[in-house]
Amino acid sequence: MHIKNYTHRHSGKVAQFEVRFTRYLDNKGNVVNTPLPSWANKSDVLIPLYKNMIQTRKFDQAALNLQRTGRLGTYASPLGQEAIGAAVASSMWAEDVLVPSYREFGAQMWRGVTMTELLLYWGGDERGSDYQVPREDFPVSIPVASHCCHATGVAYAFKLRKQKRVAVCCLGDGATSKGDFYESLNAAAAWHVPAVFIISNNQWAISIPLNKQTSAQTLAQKAIAAGVVNEQVDGNDLIALRAVTERAIDEARFGEGPRLIEALTYRLGDHTTADDASRYRSQAEVEEQRSNDPILRLRSYLLNAGLLTEADESELNQECERNAAAAVEQYLATPPQTARSMFDYLYAHLPDSLRRQRDALAGQQCDG
Amino acid sequence: MAEITLVEAVNQALTWEMSHNENVLVLGEDVGVDGGVFRATVGLLEKFGDERVLDSPLSETLISGASVGMATQGLIPIAEIQFMGFAYSTIDQILNHAARMRNRTRGRLSCPMVLRAPFGGGIRAPEHHSESTEALFAHIPGLRVVIPSSPIRAYGLLLAAIRDPDPVVFLEPKRIYRLAKQEVPNNGDALPLDVCFVLRPGNDISVVTWGAMTHEVMAAAERLADQDVSVEVIDVATIKPLDMKTILESVEKTGRCVIVHEAALSGGWGAEVAAQVAEHGLLDLLAPVRRVTGYDTVMPLYRLEDEYMPSTDRIVNVINEVLEFA
Ligand SMILES: Cc1ncc(C[n+]2csc(CCOP(=O)(O)OP(=O)(O)O)c2C)c(N)n1
Ligand SMILES: [Mg+2]
Repeated sequence: MHIKNYTHRHSGKVAQFEVRFTRYLDNKGNVVNTPLPSWANKSDVLIPLYKNMIQTRKFDQAALNLQRTGRLGTYASPLGQEAIGAAVASSMWAEDVLVPSYREFGAQMWRGVTMTELLLYWGGDERGSDYQVPREDFPVSIPVASHCCHATGVAYAFKLRKQKRVAVCCLGDGATSKGDFYESLNAAAAWHVPAVFIISNNQWAISIPLNKQTSAQTLAQKAIAAGVVNEQVDGNDLIALRAVTERAIDEARFGEGPRLIEALTYRLGDHTTADDASRYRSQAEVEEQRSNDPILRLRSYLLNAGLLTEADESELNQECERNAAAAVEQYLATPPQTARSMFDYLYAHLPDSLRRQRDALAGQQCDG
Repeated sequence: MAEITLVEAVNQALTWEMSHNENVLVLGEDVGVDGGVFRATVGLLEKFGDERVLDSPLSETLISGASVGMATQGLIPIAEIQFMGFAYSTIDQILNHAARMRNRTRGRLSCPMVLRAPFGGGIRAPEHHSESTEALFAHIPGLRVVIPSSPIRAYGLLLAAIRDPDPVVFLEPKRIYRLAKQEVPNNGDALPLDVCFVLRPGNDISVVTWGAMTHEVMAAAERLADQDVSVEVIDVATIKPLDMKTILESVEKTGRCVIVHEAALSGGWGAEVAAQVAEHGLLDLLAPVRRVTGYDTVMPLYRLEDEYMPSTDRIVNVINEVLEFA
């Protein structure tokens, strides 16, 4: 136990901070910062990431289509934020655990969650969270920021068992106003666990803009009070994102403690399909932000660097569209669960006292 | 075999299970070096080290939420909330996550965790330290809520709670932490969850209760025995899910039912028991079901707490009224 002796200290500054910001590409895809990471000229690294971003967007279009035609429930579009998921998930190892918000489909898909599963979830079917590939990943968290605590707990388990694994939590800017966000960072640092928190700062929490959310200059600096190493990055610049997420996740993995990254991005769509953003923000603001589109930015870079041709691109687009269409078909063809399934996973073994209700539901008995 | 108190039985169960299952860990405020403010975790740090006996930040939401994360990884966290009055922020994690994780992932992830908290009045504690709000937790689907009433049941039920594959809120009646001692065989044998315990068989009236109130109810039963009234005393123990079979069989035999709890009357868990007796045992009843409970007031500070909590006298009076009804 080390308790600092303060009795002999003179007055003066005892702490100060700065927040680093990283960007490699401007919004035209021009390189504005060198040297680039070593993989920035490797198509085998970048094309899969680009493809994930396109797949996420094609999925989004298909999901919005289904919703508008009454075949999907309320749905939260990640339009304009696709670079973050691709960077985060590709910086993780398969055995890591993702603890996602409800807007990180790209990251989830990279890790093996299928588009059909995602559609089932938003289409009102619990089986959509029974991911067949990343078995230990968390389902999306609807109660904003509550899942930050889970990442700290998962990371504690990794540390206790001396596993070289990382828990990665994705959250929004609105989430950083909540106590559980801070409690999670605070404990993650006090316990020195391998947890990485990624804020997708898309400037809006439904209708609340960032300046109503907080007076802090950055969201990254909220980690400083908790003792968590943090930084800010251009969240529409895949190269910058990938560089900082890879470093942060590696550092956490190899015992350097928790990390936080604030990715600056913009929510181009409505909050969800139940929202009408024209009530609270101008179309001009949205149009201006379209020029920051992360897919267009990476595309320009890849074309300029000779890592992608227009022919490759149209093939990628077609393939991703076909994948989304196949998922839609599979989703629509999935028969609903039986009503009694609501009892089947409530407990490991259904308590006797609940059998009566289950049987009543199944029509075998008419009293409750 | 030495006799031990209820809080010592809690400690004995924790020690047993941590010795036999390396996935079990304890976390909470002051649980390590200090051994817990009620000493429930005393000696664990020395035996199991500070990674499995984790002094946490003062952070109830985090304690419960991190436990969810740990549990999905196959650890069995036993989280201590220092007093039930500070457990309300954990309801977000318990209701929205722990108790629905299995269901919402169709069994892929689950939360085998225990949230322990001392509760109830009668120890002249400061404000916010004396309430009984078990019904808030008992309303949550997918959860178990377990309340021991003796050292033997504390030991056996806590072992069962730790071994249960689903989340359990384990509420410890702190007024009786050191009230009585019992011989508790330290053999690792659990008691069953989801069933009531009949503490005293009887034929004239069924009194359904749990936690510290079992003591007042047993005293009332003793007093009534002198008047040749035979009271059956049922300790519900697992209040959620509720073992109505035992209660209904008892009411079928006695035809009369009184429910006793410390918590406020309206929407208390006694209301659920009464409703189910009405739904499924109405024709067995010779008199209305009655409840003896705390009042629908704010739990008073300690000078008035004895007035708030059901006394043996109040219980005896209501039992007599029910017996005289018809
Ligand atoms: C704890 C909680 N409060 C309120 C809501 C309702 N709600 C859903 S999303 C949202 C805004 C979240 O904003 P942010 O964290 O920035 O994430 P974004 O939606 O922008 O991705 C609100 C208020 C909720 N889901 N959870
Ligand atoms: Mg936002």
